[in-house]
Amino acid sequence: MFLGLSAHLTVIQVVLPLIAAPICVIFRSTRLAWLIALVASWLSLGVSILLLEQVISNGPISYFLGSWPAPWGIEYKVDMLSAFVMLIVTSIGAIVMVFAPKSVQMEIPSDRTYLFYTMYLLTFAGLLGIAITADAFNLFVFLEISSLSSYVLISLGAQRNALTAALRYLILGTLGATFYIIGVGLMYQMTGTLNISDLAQRLPDVASTKTILVAVGFITVGIGLKLGLFPLHVWLPNAYAYAPSVVTAFLAATATKVAVYALLRVYFSIFGVDLFSALPIAELLLILGLIAILSMSTVAIYQNNTKRLLAYSSVAQVGYMVIGISMLTVNGLTATILHLFNHAVIKGALFLVLAAVFFQIKSVKIEDMAGLGKTMPFTMAAFVAAGFSLIGVPSTVGFISKWYLILGALEKDWWLVAVLIIASSLLAVIYFWKVIESAYFKERPDGATEVNDVPLIMLVPIWVMVGSNFYFGVHTNFTVSTAVRAAKSLIGISS
Amino acid sequence: MQFPFEIPGLLNYWIVIILMMSGFYIVISQGNLIKKIVGLNVFQVSVFILYITMSKIDGGAAPILDDAIKSYSNPLPHVLILTAIVVGVATTALGLALIVRIRDAYGTIEDDEILQQERDNA
Repeated sequence: MFLGLSAHLTVIQVVLPLIAAPICVIFRSTRLAWLIALVASWLSLGVSILLLEQVISNGPISYFLGSWPAPWGIEYKVDMLSAFVMLIVTSIGAIVMVFAPKSVQMEIPSDRTYLFYTMYLLTFAGLLGIAITADAFNLFVFLEISSLSSYVLISLGAQRNALTAALRYLILGTLGATFYIIGVGLMYQMTGTLNISDLAQRLPDVASTKTILVAVGFITVGIGLKLGLFPLHVWLPNAYAYAPSVVTAFLAATATKVAVYALLRVYFSIFGVDLFSALPIAELLLILGLIAILSMSTVAIYQNNTKRLLAYSSVAQVGYMVIGISMLTVNGLTATILHLFNHAVIKGALFLVLAAVFFQIKSVKIEDMAGLGKTMPFTMAAFVAAGFSLIGVPSTVGFISKWYLILGALEKDWWLVAVLIIASSLLAVIYFWKVIESAYFKERPDGATEVNDVPLIMLVPIWVMVGSNFYFGVHTNFTVSTAVRAAKSLIGISS
Repeated sequence: MQFPFEIPGLLNYWIVIILMMSGFYIVISQGNLIKKIVGLNVFQVSVFILYITMSKIDGGAAPILDDAIKSYSNPLPHVLILTAIVVGVATTALGLALIVRIRDAYGTIEDDEILQQERDNA
């Protein structure tokens, strides 16, 4: 029985949350829906750990849906990179679901909470699907499953601005997804296949045709919209700022990461490194990445809503990942892949802290957070600790990914890039200081409601996230070796 | 009169480009949210035509295994587009539902008036 299941783990990874979603709707009960979402998330985490173990010991796993061999049927393929990304998504989902019930109960009307869990499960399934599929069109379908459900999640925010934020995201997100299928269509026109490894084989013959170059452009812009690549990020700050706190924590930690994964897949698994000599994409990504880390970190300094501040910081962090891609070296890609994981645990922790703050004081404005260091010591200490990680203090995960990024830059003699990366880290110090100054060096305003720390069910997930920031910052074996192997296989060096 | 391209053969592609750009332009230029969604639809439909056009060949029949059928059109893009149509319907439905809620909350569906209200409240 168990052996029979283990052969199908690959498809279970996606099908499990996909089936759990309608079950939540059937029962229409808040508690039951939460329980289903929680169990589905933790089971998915188990599956993704098993898959990663299998990949590490036996190499990539291919699974043919309905036993139709590729390229006729849809193939699911788990290699090092996709197993790693799925581990990120499922572990964040599992932790966020433990945290969720109280925060969701407060922020979302009780007759809609079961729908919240349904939409969460759909987003979760869509993100896992993007990571697992080896079919370019199937990737679009999962992209839309995850995006459509995340528009709904964002629109559940309490303020009316959540509605306009969701609609603007919907319009830009749909444009992005449509750009992506235009690109896939053009590739199909030239090669007659949608399977990623098949595409990789047939594309070199037609790689220099205008059709393929146009396809690259469409796909870059399309996925760029989804991942919040500067200057296609305009939907992101409002969407993150007005979504329910738990949604922001989940989406900020996973959605943009999976979009970066999709970009890596298209560039390196489909087109291969040769693409970058045909089109100046690497240069473009480098410039956009540099503008992103400097300008968005600067904009973050001037925000007075902490959620929005961190949203701008997320756009900047995507900049680091893109700079890593633009290096086209093992070190650069290692930095990008590491930062997928590291940024997920950093932003996951920070946004969970904000969810806890909002749970207590109904606001995340910097001036309203004054004096919280004394009244919510454990929560705010977590914010400071995760903040160190975002800035990149040694012994945190943030340091590890910046280390590899700067290593990659120096390897290519990009001194200026290395200096700018460090400069933008200093900008991060400034915007963090603003929050910390308010929380620790100001008194609670007169007449403010008495608050204390959040219940343990919220504190424990926060500290698990913060703890992993430090654990993986010191014990780098697992993350770095996985990222290096994934980077090598992307570039085409056998490890 | 000489054309630099073959009109009948490429007509569909011209239609695709014209629809795509009109849709895209409507999304960007229109302030009315419903019109934006309409533009989005036009934009998506142009992609459907792109896929269907590339799979059709002159005189191609349906792909049925029969000795009488010598050349047939590729059915796969049609199937893909069925999926894309479903995605498009879902997007439109969700977009319109959000617009209904926006009208309840703001009393308008004009983008600039909504922005004005958001600025006043900020």
